[in-house]
Amino acid sequence: MAKLTPFFFLSFLIISSSLAFQSDEFGLEGAQQQTPTTRKRYSDPDSDSKVHFSLEHAFGDSDFSPAGTFSARLKSWSHGGKTLTKLRFSRNGFSDEEKDTFKNLLKGDDFYRIRLPSNVISPPGKEFVVASVRARCLPRDGLDEHFVIHMEGANVLAVSYGSLGACQYPRQFKLPAKWSFNSHTILKSSEQAPRTPIFTEEILGGENAEGEVEPPPEKSFWAKYWMYLIPLGLVVMNAVTQATNMAEEQTGGQAGGSQVQQSARRR
Amino acid sequence: MAMALRLYLLLIVFVSSAIVSFSLYEDQVGLMDWHQRYIGKVKHAVFHTQKTGRKRVIVSTEENVVASLDLRHGEIFWRHVLGTKDAIDGVDIALGKYVITLSSEGSMLRAWNLPDGQMVWETSLHSAQHSKSLLSVPVNLKFDKDYSILVFGGGYLHAVSPIDGELLWKKDFTAEGFEVQRVLQPLESSIVYVLGFLHSSEAIVYQIDSKSGEVVAEKSKAFPGRFSGEISAVSNDKVVVLDSTRSILVTISFVDGEISFQKTLISSLVEDSGEAEILSPLLSNMLAVKVNKRTIFVRVGDQGKLEMVDSLSDETAMSDSLPVADDQVAFASVHHEGSKIHLTVKLVDDLDTVLLRESIQMDQHRGRVDRVFINNYIKTDRSNGFRALIVMEDHSLLLLQQGAIVWSREEGLASVTDVTTAELPVEKDGVSVAKVEHTLVDWLKGHILKLKGSLLLASPEDVVAIQEMRMKSSGRSKLTRDHNGFRKLFIALTRAGKLFALHTGDGRIVWSTLLNSPACARPSGISLYQWQVPHHHAMDENPSVLVVGRCGSDSSSPGVLSFVDVYTGKEISSSDIGHSVVQVMPLPLFTDSTEQRLHLIADTDGHVHLYPKTPEALGIFQREFQNVYWYNVEGDDGIIRGHGMKSSCAGETADEYCFTTRELWTVVFPSESEKIISTLTRKPNEVVHTQAKVSTDQDVLYKYVSRNLLFVATVSPKGAGEIGSVTPEESALVVYLIDTVTGRILHRLSHQGCQGPVHAVFSENWVVYHYFNLRAHKYEVTVVEIYDQSRAENKNVWKLVLGKHNLTAPISSYSRPEMFTKSQSYFFPQSVKTIAVTSTAKGITSKQLLIGTIGDQILALDKRFVDPRRTLNPSQAEKEEGIIPLTDSLPIIPQSYITHSLKVEGLRGIVTAPAKLESTTHVFAYGVDLFYTRLAPSKTYDSLTDDFSYALLLITIVALVAAIYITWALSEKKELSEKWR
Repeated sequence: MAKLTPFFFLSFLIISSSLAFQSDEFGLEGAQQQTPTTRKRYSDPDSDSKVHFSLEHAFGDSDFSPAGTFSARLKSWSHGGKTLTKLRFSRNGFSDEEKDTFKNLLKGDDFYRIRLPSNVISPPGKEFVVASVRARCLPRDGLDEHFVIHMEGANVLAVSYGSLGACQYPRQFKLPAKWSFNSHTILKSSEQAPRTPIFTEEILGGENAEGEVEPPPEKSFWAKYWMYLIPLGLVVMNAVTQATNMAEEQTGGQAGGSQVQQSARRR
Repeated sequence: MAMALRLYLLLIVFVSSAIVSFSLYEDQVGLMDWHQRYIGKVKHAVFHTQKTGRKRVIVSTEENVVASLDLRHGEIFWRHVLGTKDAIDGVDIALGKYVITLSSEGSMLRAWNLPDGQMVWETSLHSAQHSKSLLSVPVNLKFDKDYSILVFGGGYLHAVSPIDGELLWKKDFTAEGFEVQRVLQPLESSIVYVLGFLHSSEAIVYQIDSKSGEVVAEKSKAFPGRFSGEISAVSNDKVVVLDSTRSILVTISFVDGEISFQKTLISSLVEDSGEAEILSPLLSNMLAVKVNKRTIFVRVGDQGKLEMVDSLSDETAMSDSLPVADDQVAFASVHHEGSKIHLTVKLVDDLDTVLLRESIQMDQHRGRVDRVFINNYIKTDRSNGFRALIVMEDHSLLLLQQGAIVWSREEGLASVTDVTTAELPVEKDGVSVAKVEHTLVDWLKGHILKLKGSLLLASPEDVVAIQEMRMKSSGRSKLTRDHNGFRKLFIALTRAGKLFALHTGDGRIVWSTLLNSPACARPSGISLYQWQVPHHHAMDENPSVLVVGRCGSDSSSPGVLSFVDVYTGKEISSSDIGHSVVQVMPLPLFTDSTEQRLHLIADTDGHVHLYPKTPEALGIFQREFQNVYWYNVEGDDGIIRGHGMKSSCAGETADEYCFTTRELWTVVFPSESEKIISTLTRKPNEVVHTQAKVSTDQDVLYKYVSRNLLFVATVSPKGAGEIGSVTPEESALVVYLIDTVTGRILHRLSHQGCQGPVHAVFSENWVVYHYFNLRAHKYEVTVVEIYDQSRAENKNVWKLVLGKHNLTAPISSYSRPEMFTKSQSYFFPQSVKTIAVTSTAKGITSKQLLIGTIGDQILALDKRFVDPRRTLNPSQAEKEEGIIPLTDSLPIIPQSYITHSLKVEGLRGIVTAPAKLESTTHVFAYGVDLFYTRLAPSKTYDSLTDDFSYALLLITIVALVAAIYITWALSEKKELSEKWR
């Protein structure tokens, strides 16, 4: 479990939960190695600009229509890269018509699809990043949704969309109690692979230090030689019993022998 | 007591002989493995038969091989496989002792020693632009006379000394729009003519002094019209060119430097002329033109006048002309008639004089004749005899002589594109297994021999006999299934569209079949799938494979399906499916009542088609309709799209087996920073034995064994080139693991300063990939293991006992994945061509990575070396579990090369297949060569070795029983005498 903690840290998750018609935000930095002091950057108006891009949704095979707006700060780095920070999301609620369509989706266990422009600086770009989920996975108390937006610089690479928790199969038909969205968004950027370690020195050092390797703790006499001792014990015991038996036999045998002799004599 | 001691000793000897050895001993080579050497489809052939001694033919092939073959038996004297980018443009013999090859678009000239193939010299020629490459080695048998090899390539004409490869002079022809077409050097002349076209409309002839490279004269003449590139040199001062309308033949003669054109309308030669094409054979004073599917021979008169002298059907292959006695020139032509081929050798000057006419029975499965090369010899009665080397449509190479096939080589196997495995038929009653071991006496003799061998009592002759016996042992090449699953068929599809079945026992070809199609003459094969694998209730059916091909090279050309019976090699049916084939998806676990596997084929319009087209299959598919997903990778645009099924495409076509799909997810890689270079999934038929992994601290890790995982590797567009073309700052390698149902990115890791090519292998819950680290200047291997966390709470035994676990709950891709990855990187000292992993029947045996190295060998590396749990100083418990202390690079142990001393030249792929015996896996590697072996990654723990001496065991038992009786009798006797005492 301890190993998992860095994993979560590395992914720089920022979870913001927002209720319908309102939006809260918790801006988060992308996984940049040289995260500068954020205060300074924010106060620098030249390197920051605001961007807006819209979330669109579609019910089953219908056309896409606007469903919400993401707004974020675009931060330009001195080395030329750009990243998004301080992502906010405002979700439009379902209209009555959309509610009906969504109910139909629930009945048919059909797909609820969303899309984002792949290039957020000049949306709509040539391509959209699409994600979809079975509609029956969304309803809990309200409508739970969870966005994981994978970024590469200022480009949206992919978006994972779904409910926050598990989606049991077979999926049950269930209408949401509240028609309001409970949205969580996460911005994710790439993890850096650690450098391959080089151990040549350690190995050399290890060789030098080989003489000092602690000898394994001395085992007790019994632990070392039990496999010899047990058979030896058995042999000794055997011998002892045999010796006692022999003594008995000898007396008995002598007696028997004299009897034979006697009988022979009798003949 | 002495008896018992002796028996005991005997037992010890017996036990020690049964100990399994891990690496291979010298005498075990060839017991389980075989190796076949090929050269590929022959492009050029040069005979070398003038001298007494070995008669040979030098060939160069499309697999970039130059080889010397024995003309008597077809064996390879020597061969060299040049690199994949080093295509051979020409081959010839110089000075009667060197083989000269020109390769890499005329920029690499090499000389090889004719008898043994040693390289004599190599000259790298300057190349400035792409152009035709021409090699001209003057025919000159006088060694002392100084003449040079003329090479045109890359815009330069070079003269190279044949003795040491020294560059004598070079002449620049890189002028804008100028294309050199022919370089001619008349015999006994010191003038070289270079003919070229300027902007395809002006002919220019340079006369160059062959000693100094100076231009002596230059003549040019504009042509009213344009030339096409097709040209045929008919004599030393004349060439014939086709103009760009393909309806006029232009004879260009440049006698004494004066250029003259003479136009001849093709319609004046043949009546119903269409588009013409000049065929490649070089005939003196004659050329062959293909018009309207017929081949016509056109004689070029002294004044450049053309006349048609003969015409042949289209299916005729012709050789270049060959000088025979008395200044006569002959050429050969081969055409088909039914199952026979007819070889005819005629004089060029007099087409009515037939020097040779032979008919030879030819296997239908070799297709048509593609190329012919002829050579003559003087018979004992002083007349001319001819031998012809022919290349067939299936790439096989045959030598014809005196009306018979002297030898043949299956060169199609040098270009295997896809491989699958198939079972052999079950042994029928009446065919006894014991038939192999003829009699009991033979059997006993054999085992006594083995016994002698294992007791080190065998004489050298016995050792030879034992070795021979092992090689032929116990029906390893029988055509029936065996208990251990060691005998199998490898079905290989070649580039020529031919299917071969190779036996694992000895590598022989059990059957071969050339694909046919009603729609087009020769479809090109794309891939191979197991169509019907009968077990359970359909045992009577023969298994079959599905070959997907297409008519034409374009991806939108119509596809062809062909079903081939695995036992007999007969094509059961072949159908033209009427739509294109972009992707073939075998549906896992879906089989119909005759065990036919359901397949989906996606076409270019985004529809998918279900096969087999039966109502039963449709029913099975409809049941799972909602749960079928597929994805496609658009590598050029950097987009991966996931699709789900939508509906039947009834609206557009009446085909009820056609379905429309809808896009469910997309992953868009920004084109300015990432380019897809590799994608990989798990093998669909892989078996995972256990889902849990118990670590040393008694903790349980659950493997994330989803079948819907896709591994993708991208690099920066700049870094897509060759290694070293970018600086570490400019290049980054990013790897992804993507769920193909929902499009979620489960794992994403970027390696800064790294570059492709990426070679990866994906098995169970891990991926191992190989790439280049520009910062460290070394190749690296990284392993990623994925573990499931949603089931991590199932550790409590009581939960398991009481059934309060979620291990049996269905897993949905729509649940948020709770997983984590572990990864570790190591340096790897070699460049890699391909990586595979062993696979066994139940997945219990530990795995080995099979790494095809740059040296065309295969290295077996235990998976334990690429385990992310390796640490620098493993604890005692970890050591006991088998964790190896972490090192910064992976070791290459020379004994673990499974190819031992052999090389699989031009290695392209490694295929593994499980045997029935759990410990054993079949390994088949293909490239220009083929190699097969059987591997036991954890040693053969579940069977006795082949050389286990049953006789010894039997004798021991008999001796023991006898000893028991004897001692019993002795003790009885003793007891009795005791009693009588």
